[in-house]
Amino acid sequence: MRVALFATCLGDRFFAEACADSVRLLRHLGVEPVVPETQTCCGQPAYNAGYATEARRMARHTLDVFEEAEHVVLPSGSCAGMLRTIYPKLLVGVDSDRARVLASRTWELSQFIVRVLGVESLGEGLFGRHVAYHHGCHALRELGVRDEPVKLLQGSGAEVVAWETDQECCGFGGLFSVKLPAVSAGMADRKLDTLPLVDWVTSADGGCLLQLAGRAERRGSSPRFRHLASVLWEATHPAPLEVP
Amino acid sequence: MSRTRPSEYKATAEGILRDHPEMRTAVTAATRTFNSHRVHGFGEVDAERWRDWMHQVKNHLLTHLDTYLEQAESNLVTHGARVHWAESAEDARTILADITKSHEVRRIVKGKSMLSEELELNTFLGEHGVQVRETDLGEYIIQLLDEPPSHIVGPAIHRSLEDCRELFGRELGTPPDASPEELAAAARRALREDFLKADLGISGGNFLAADTGTLALIENEGNIRLSTSVPRIHVAFVGIEKLLPRLEDLSAFLQLTTRAATGAPIGNYVSLLQGPRRNDEPHGPDELHVVLVDNGRTRLLADERAWEALRCVRCGACLNICPVYRQTGGHAYGWAYSGPIGAILAPAYLGLEEAMPLPFASSLCGACADVCPVRIPIPDLLVYWRERAVEAGLTGRTEAAGMRAYAAAAERPALFGAAKHLLRHLPWEMGGRALPVLGHWTDERTAPPPSRRSFSSLWKEGID
Repeated sequence: MRVALFATCLGDRFFAEACADSVRLLRHLGVEPVVPETQTCCGQPAYNAGYATEARRMARHTLDVFEEAEHVVLPSGSCAGMLRTIYPKLLVGVDSDRARVLASRTWELSQFIVRVLGVESLGEGLFGRHVAYHHGCHALRELGVRDEPVKLLQGSGAEVVAWETDQECCGFGGLFSVKLPAVSAGMADRKLDTLPLVDWVTSADGGCLLQLAGRAERRGSSPRFRHLASVLWEATHPAPLEVP
Repeated sequence: MSRTRPSEYKATAEGILRDHPEMRTAVTAATRTFNSHRVHGFGEVDAERWRDWMHQVKNHLLTHLDTYLEQAESNLVTHGARVHWAESAEDARTILADITKSHEVRRIVKGKSMLSEELELNTFLGEHGVQVRETDLGEYIIQLLDEPPSHIVGPAIHRSLEDCRELFGRELGTPPDASPEELAAAARRALREDFLKADLGISGGNFLAADTGTLALIENEGNIRLSTSVPRIHVAFVGIEKLLPRLEDLSAFLQLTTRAATGAPIGNYVSLLQGPRRNDEPHGPDELHVVLVDNGRTRLLADERAWEALRCVRCGACLNICPVYRQTGGHAYGWAYSGPIGAILAPAYLGLEEAMPLPFASSLCGACADVCPVRIPIPDLLVYWRERAVEAGLTGRTEAAGMRAYAAAAERPALFGAAKHLLRHLPWEMGGRALPVLGHWTDERTAPPPSRRSFSSLWKEGID
């Protein structure tokens, strides 16, 4: 199985360990991923901000980079959503067939593990852990990834604690968060105000985690935010690393 | 609160969040209740199939609008209604002024109508010395407060019970601890006088069935029925997109619109009006005027992407689920229609420049598209208007240049890698602010700690 990992720009810079954990996790599951060196940005920031021409350029570059891959796996719901849902709308004409093919081969990490590899438990490494899962909007609505991460967490022993606002937007939204910082912060506050007591808050989206963690720290509270890939890698360990 | 403009969105929103945090609390609570009722209301029927069907009916209507408008006019006239065509808001106001002048109208009662807000009828009538009384309880409250509506369905949802106690105590002499029922009763007593004294009643129109010329009005309080039947003249303002091909189409539209709005299976009152009072009828107005309003709608219909927004039935479901709307309520948006639907209608009705930055007042979370009863692809249309704004140069030269440079770098992996490397090794304050768009991150959040080493360098060295 030729699997390519698309680490994404945010992943490369802010979640390097989570990307490395994605590699470890895939290897653990018998998949040896490649990481094409020419990968850059999927174009989502440009697309969301209305720069379709620029987004198209980045999308075409990404099509070239991942042309040979049988599957493209991303530790990011929103970037996976960009490739899977937006590219076919964005690229018309000569590239539309290529975009559709890439879309059908693109997966968010937990989605790939559950749907393609057919795995729902990774081990017992999360036994006794209380986890809150934030559903990133694009994973949830563009990809329809709702059950996969929760299944993997629960299947590996974690208790996924009910969180009233787990499917509400965190307020990140790319440039939205810097164009309208006060509104964006209010949205994060709503999530944080309703957050139950947990060991970790996790999500398949790094952008959401930066937003929530950055806001939580500014408010002076600091629950522990961890990328889903790292939590799932920990799940493969035979037992919890420390007694909770 | 004074009326603002869309261009003031950011400042108004910040002001509300800073100075009136209670509004965020009130709006969040009310919209969450609306939305949970919608979930229940949709669950009672095969909502997904109804949504598909309503989507198709409205698309058919909008692609044959000229035919149905002529049919509606002809049937309305047959029933004795007078039909007026208003191309612009000014035309609509002139039509109303002509009617009020020729009938020497002094007092008007008004049923809730968002179109009347779009046309700014109250201000206009006030300037012409005509008294207008809003008769929907929520509209009555905000009229007394001299505020615009904050929500398409619940105009006063940004206000608390305590606000109403204080207001009604001052205006109507209710006790400071009056119950909601006592407050409503006091409003009803005051409004009863207004209904009986009014010369003319104004309504909007939820739907207008073309094949029978039947105007349909949905409400919960009975004030629209009184406004349209007690005064001797009834003037209904109806957006041309509000038509339905057939009377029987109403069955689904009435039900799913209400379910989307409040979860209720149908409005407490549904009025189906066909013309003025007939000779053998004891009640009803002597004259019914139907003003068919364009005001930018045919221009929107001609837009090959954005026209889909014309399917809107004004249920407010997209506002109720919108986490951005919930922060402020509707006032921040600076015009009649707020929330996600307001953000995609504003560029069409007000002009893109005037509507800025509303298409950007969204995180593109997509929740609105999940709930829209006529399946308007709101997130796609927000992006569409953003693209138009970029084309028109409305997003600023710095941002556009930055985005072009970013795209150019992304096509050159070595350059992209070098730029990332450089940024990672600058302190956030310098590195972040070197990118103009990122400077505001730390306004409300702490700077994110970059990884000690980039993933690409970890990968090159080998991951164990």
